[in-house]
Formats: sequence, structure tokens, C-alpha cells
Amino acid sequence: MTPDRKLRVLVAKPGLDGHDRGARVIAYGLRDAGFEVIYTGLRQSPEQIAREAIQEDVDAVGLSILSGAHMSLTGRVLDLLREQGAEDIPVLVGGLIPDQDREALCELGVAGVFTAGTPISEVADFIQSHAGA
Amino acid sequence: MRGTLAREPRALARLVSGVENRTPGWEDAMKALYPHTGKARILGITGPPGGGKSSLTNRLTAGLVDRGHRVGVIAIDPSSPFSGGALLGDRLRMRDVSTAPGVFIRSMATRGSLGGLCQGARDVARALDAAGYDLVLIETVGVGQDEVEIVKAADVVAVVCVPGQGDGVQALKAGIMEIADVYVVNKADRDGADQVAADIGAMLALSGEDTTDREMVFPTNSLSGEGVEPLTEALLDRAARVEHAPERVSERAREEVLLLVEREIARRVRAGLAEDPRLESAVEGVVTRRSDPYSAAEALLGLFGRMEVVTGE
Repeated sequence: MTPDRKLRVLVAKPGLDGHDRGARVIAYGLRDAGFEVIYTGLRQSPEQIAREAIQEDVDAVGLSILSGAHMSLTGRVLDLLREQGAEDIPVLVGGLIPDQDREALCELGVAGVFTAGTPISEVADFIQSHAGA
Repeated sequence: MRGTLAREPRALARLVSGVENRTPGWEDAMKALYPHTGKARILGITGPPGGGKSSLTNRLTAGLVDRGHRVGVIAIDPSSPFSGGALLGDRLRMRDVSTAPGVFIRSMATRGSLGGLCQGARDVARALDAAGYDLVLIETVGVGQDEVEIVKAADVVAVVCVPGQGDGVQALKAGIMEIADVYVVNKADRDGADQVAADIGAMLALSGEDTTDREMVFPTNSLSGEGVEPLTEALLDRAARVEHAPERVSERAREEVLLLVEREIARRVRAGLAEDPRLESAVEGVVTRRSDPYSAAEALLGLFGRMEVVTGE
């Protein structure tokens, strides 16, 4: 690792809910923590997200989901990354995630679940520790 | 590197990161890639922040893909001078093409470079070239009046202007208004667009450049797509002319080599002096006013030995 290396994170909102306030707060917070944040905004398809993650060679993907469709959307993103040989990119999920789904998401292959109220520094530390590769 | 030539997106993306981070070995990779480059034409899109560069890049890319081109896009946004982080948001406007086949988009942060470009942009464009993208669009950060670095990296430069950016004298000023191969007046549906186009036309008339055989000013609306078609044609036309402009090509090669030498010298100077106690004592001397910055610099320069090249003195 060279001193110039900056960690890059894709912050994306899959699915149909129209609230990107949380995603923006995260994007802005990570920017201030020294990350290069690729922010792609609302209503992204899992196909777009997987492609973006690969082209941008990110160290982590953060999905913000408030619609309740987190299981299917996240599963699809993970599948697509796997199909394209990019299963090593850690995927984080944030938003409105019921407690009972946390474990299921992790079983799917999600690296971490961060719901509202998580301090940005915790997310930043988490990404840093997972981006050793 | 082999993956890049085989057009594997993941391999290309990783090569780009290596180049951008100046990861050890990046130069060897670029050396090996160089023989596979030279086929792509590089189009630069520059202009003020919020002028619609990303939306226009989105439209241009879509049109170029329709024509059968493979298009690489380098979208640059600024790094924070405080945290070193960046919010790269150009992809927000490029959704129409973000999953199009034959399109590769890479967001880059300036990481402290000036001129609307970043250090690695030219190398990244070359990597895209080697991976078979025959057109590479470089969208600079939003720029002001005198960020003209893009000229050194692109075959053709489009300067995006918008209505309301000042009176006719603005068009006459030196700097960014001088570097365009084509001028785009974006948001052409707004009041004042005709005036901007007229101001640019008047400036071109004064410049004495013979533009009778080619249109120079293109009104566009990057949201509706109006005007993008003739602009695309013009960019492709200018890009094709570059092959017949050997002076521009050699001027750029000269600039690139000089820049690489310059940067390496600067890097070595900084690395060499960082831990050297003589730098500290020179600083101390300046601070306590026993010495001055000019004498201190002169003394330190003496440490770098004789240059084999005749200096300007």
C-alpha cells in the first residue's frame, strides 16, 4: 500500500424509495473522513450498482435501503458481484433494517449492517479494517 | 495488464487504481501498455461548475455508443484540501449510459492537482485506449478562468459555457476561452444564451482565426438532448483532423515527457530533503531571520549536484 492510496466507497440506493437523505449524510461524512465517495443517487438497479462497483474499483459498497426490499435487492447485488468475480468487495447495508433481518443479511454475505444512528466514524473504521486487500 | 488488453473490466479497473495511486510497478505497466495505445481519440469537456458537463457527457456518450464506438469516460471532481476525501457525483448524471455495453466510466478525484485535471488522467486515458475504448471523454472538474491543463491531455477540447456568465468582455479574456476547439453554449433554452453565443462569435472574429470551413459555437440543451447531435459530429470531425496535425501531437508528447521529468525531480527533491537536517537548519535560519528564503534555497540547491543539462542561466 502506498501513502497515496485513498479508500474508495460506492454509496448507492437500490430500489424505489425516494429518500436519499441518509445516503447523503453517509457520503458527506465519509468524504470528511478522507474517503473518495462515488455517489450515484436514487433508484439504482442492482445491475448498475455491481457494474459501478467494478469499474470504480471500490474498496466497499454501501447500500442504503429504506423500502423494506433489502433482502432481495441486497441478494441480487451480491449475486451480480459474485458472477463477475468481485465477491471480495465488501458490501455494507444501511437504512431501515429490522433486527431480525440482520443475521439473514450477513448470511447472504453482507459484511456489515449499519442502521440509523450509527456514528460515521464507526462506518469509516469498519471500511478501513475490511479494505486491507 | 494482460486482463486490460483482454478487455476485462475488473482488470482494467484495478490497473486504473494502480496508475492513480502510483502503486509501485505502475510505470512498468504503462510501458508495456504503450505499444497497444494510440488508437483512441481523447475528447476533453471543460467549463464552470454546474454548467452541465456531466449531463452533456452522458448525452455525448449515448450518441457515440449509438454510432458503434466504445467509449471510456473519466469524470473528475475535486478532492477536499482538508480531509483529502472527495464526493464524486458525476455518475449521477450519467445513468443513461452507466450500463450500456461498451461504456466504461471512471470517477477520479483531483487529489491536489491543479488545472481541472488530475495527475493520472492522461495515463488512465491511455489504459482505456489499450483496453479498446476508441473514444475517451475526459470531463474536468468545474473550472474558472485559467485552468487549461486539459489541452495537454485531449485531442479536442470543448469548453462548455452557460448563459449569464458575464458580458462580451468575458469572452475576450485570456485563459480558458482560448483553448477551445469548439464552444458549447449549454442550457441554450435560457435567456441570454444567444448573447453568449454572439459574444463568442465576436471574439472568434477578432482572433482572426479562419473558421469559415467549420462551425465553432454549438448551442445545446443537455437535458432535452437538443443540439447534441451536431456537437457530436463536430467533435468527431475535429478528432479526425488531429491525425493531420503533427505539430500538436509532438507538442503534447514534449509536454508529457517534460512533465514526467519535472514531477520525478520534484518528488525526489521532497523525499530527499524531508529528513535532512540541513532543511531544518535552513528553515530555522529563515524563521530567526539570520538568513533569507532565497539564500536558503540556493544553498539547498547546491546539494543536488551538477545537472547534465544546461540550465537556463
